[in-house]
Amino acid sequence: MATNSKPVDPKRRANVRIAVGCATFFAAMIGAAYASVPLYQMFCQVTGYGGTTQRVEQYSDTVLDRDITVRFDANVSGGLPWKFQPDQRDVTIKIGETTQIGYTATNPFSTPTAGKATFNVTPELAGAYFNKVECFCFTDTTLKPGETLDMPVVFFVDPAIVDDPDIKNIRTITLSYTFFPLPAGAPVAANAAAGKEGSAAGSKVSSDNLGG
Amino acid sequence: MAGAATHHDAHSDHRPTGWTRWVYSTNHKDIGTLYLIFAITAGIIGGALSMMMRWELQEPGIQIFHGLAGMVYGIDGDAAIDAGKSMYNAFTTAHGLVMIFFMVMPALIGGFANWMVPIMIGAPDMAFPRMNNISFWLLPPAFLLLLMSLFMPSAPGAHGVGGGWTIYPPFSTSGQPGPAVDMAILSLHIAGASSILGAINFITTIFNMRAPGMTIHKMPLFAWSVLITAFLLLLSLPVLAGGITMLLTDRNFGTAFFAPEAGGDPILFQHLFWFFGHPEVYILILPGFGIISHIVSTFSRKPVFGYLGMAYAMVAIGVVGFVVWAHHMYTTGLSLDTQRYFVFATMVIAVPTGVKIFSWIATMWGGSISMRTPMLWAIGFIFLFTVGGVTGVQLANAGLDRSLHDTYYVVAHFHYVLSLGAVFAIFAGWYYWFPKMFGYMYSSAIARVHFWLMFIGVNLVFFPQHFLGLAGMPRRYIDYPDAFAGWNMVSSYGAYLSGFSVLIFLYGVFEAFSKKRIAGNNPWGEGATTLEWQLSSPPPFHQWEQLPRIK
Repeated sequence: MATNSKPVDPKRRANVRIAVGCATFFAAMIGAAYASVPLYQMFCQVTGYGGTTQRVEQYSDTVLDRDITVRFDANVSGGLPWKFQPDQRDVTIKIGETTQIGYTATNPFSTPTAGKATFNVTPELAGAYFNKVECFCFTDTTLKPGETLDMPVVFFVDPAIVDDPDIKNIRTITLSYTFFPLPAGAPVAANAAAGKEGSAAGSKVSSDNLGG
Repeated sequence: MAGAATHHDAHSDHRPTGWTRWVYSTNHKDIGTLYLIFAITAGIIGGALSMMMRWELQEPGIQIFHGLAGMVYGIDGDAAIDAGKSMYNAFTTAHGLVMIFFMVMPALIGGFANWMVPIMIGAPDMAFPRMNNISFWLLPPAFLLLLMSLFMPSAPGAHGVGGGWTIYPPFSTSGQPGPAVDMAILSLHIAGASSILGAINFITTIFNMRAPGMTIHKMPLFAWSVLITAFLLLLSLPVLAGGITMLLTDRNFGTAFFAPEAGGDPILFQHLFWFFGHPEVYILILPGFGIISHIVSTFSRKPVFGYLGMAYAMVAIGVVGFVVWAHHMYTTGLSLDTQRYFVFATMVIAVPTGVKIFSWIATMWGGSISMRTPMLWAIGFIFLFTVGGVTGVQLANAGLDRSLHDTYYVVAHFHYVLSLGAVFAIFAGWYYWFPKMFGYMYSSAIARVHFWLMFIGVNLVFFPQHFLGLAGMPRRYIDYPDAFAGWNMVSSYGAYLSGFSVLIFLYGVFEAFSKKRIAGNNPWGEGATTLEWQLSSPPPFHQWEQLPRIK
């Protein structure tokens, strides 16, 4: 039977305790969502997930008697008027053999422009076995008017690739570079009024890059 | 808790009047009614968006959207055709977001759960009545933001958020610089805050405010389903909130979570989104499971078969639902072993779902079945949900999915489980609880016409889409090759039929309120055993002043 008191304190406290527990849990999950960003990057670097290539200092000490073709792809994002291409379309090497190839970038424009390159490999699973000893990734590059720059990439394909059941039979790996204009990461929404043409082209290239 | 109301006699009859009763409401039944009205409104708007899409897709070529873009955005000529194509995609996006966040969730969680969970567990109200009010009143501004985003510039020459409810970058970041995406993101933030507050309220209510003797293992299955749904919301929504906040900062403040040119990864957004998105589809369907269990049991005049199995099957669906998200991402280059795991885990979900389907059938088996209107909808639900479940098991296979990904086969699948499953559960709950909530009996004849027209209509819409998907017709395009014309025409005619059935539904509601047939405390007879049927119809403004005792 009901009494005529106000809702009793312990009940109210128990309610608030559960609500605070839930709210804490909510905050922790928001934290987990943000923590997933560095965790995911670590995960990609360790596993080569998503075509993340590996940086190494050492050359391979074993070379297998099996050929693999590495194709080279070059893209320039919208807003960067460079001519950017690989010196050769592809190269066929032994697995484990270290090779140097080159890309060339030219600024045909009348003012200095700056760009930064990102890259990945396809098939994406091969990223874990694509070892680059030297490359021009993630360094800011500025080209003076008419300047041409040769950019070498030194790499080898890790012999361990033939032990990976998923991709041991692949014969071709594609290395793709995309140059983005600097300053990068300018807020897109802020640019809405400014360069509509450029933004449209930019989105196209970055989605191409996604697919590649 | 009950004491407050009996302090002096007049107090229990006290109720606010006029607009303050609704705007300032802290009464779970009034707030539930507000949610239901909101859900019906949003459902009509979301349905109108889909009608336009089916009208457009009735024939190959572009029929209406260039004209529509001309009218709405004031664009002419070729620009109108391009704007029309974008507008079609904005319509698909808005249709999805409206139906998920502003129709199904408010109807099932905000509407029916707010109304019935406190009554069913013998509680006088929700644990935090004022927070309940905030939960509701956050929704209209969120909905308005989403609708306004349809008229805001997005991609160059386009208006409204294109690219689907999944809002994948880079199209949602660098692809659409206009403010439309920002408004949609803020809309989702606000709707998410509303859902989180609601979830905390339900968890507290169900844990702390059950009547004496109502142990957690005696609790009605609808309360169980809402409890599990609330936990899913609490676990998954923060991840969506985090993901779309990253989109927002990528767009406006120069961060690069998803921008490859600065070392970000667009695929990360897909992981975050689907860690929310997959549990979200269970959030949409689990309360429906609870409603169907009550209806099947009521009209078979038997307790539900395997009560504990039913409750823990929902727990299992909720738990496993969190470890299957990448089955939406088979085409993003997952390793074979990862794909194998996600195929297996996804198929595991078929087991508890099967437990539920077979338990409903076993409840009916040997029961004294009466085919009243809610039972018709419940059996329709079981049939349609099972069809969607079967195509779900097919799509769980990574190998098959690679060819069916982003085709109309997927569209048909998720509309069978959601548009037909969840919506039929909502209508079943509406016809089951309408006499209880409003005290009047609807016309059974009108309700049955509504059922049969809608049943035939939605099957005509979505069954042919299986054929279109298998033939390779992709989603999210305004146009298609002539080869797909036949089944698209059938699908569109089905859409008009189901749209017409919604008008019959509205007429049925109008008719019930104008004829005022008194329903009585329990119109469904001895099969209706849960606590709400012991109260008057409609229930008193403050119920359970003397807490019920459960044996």
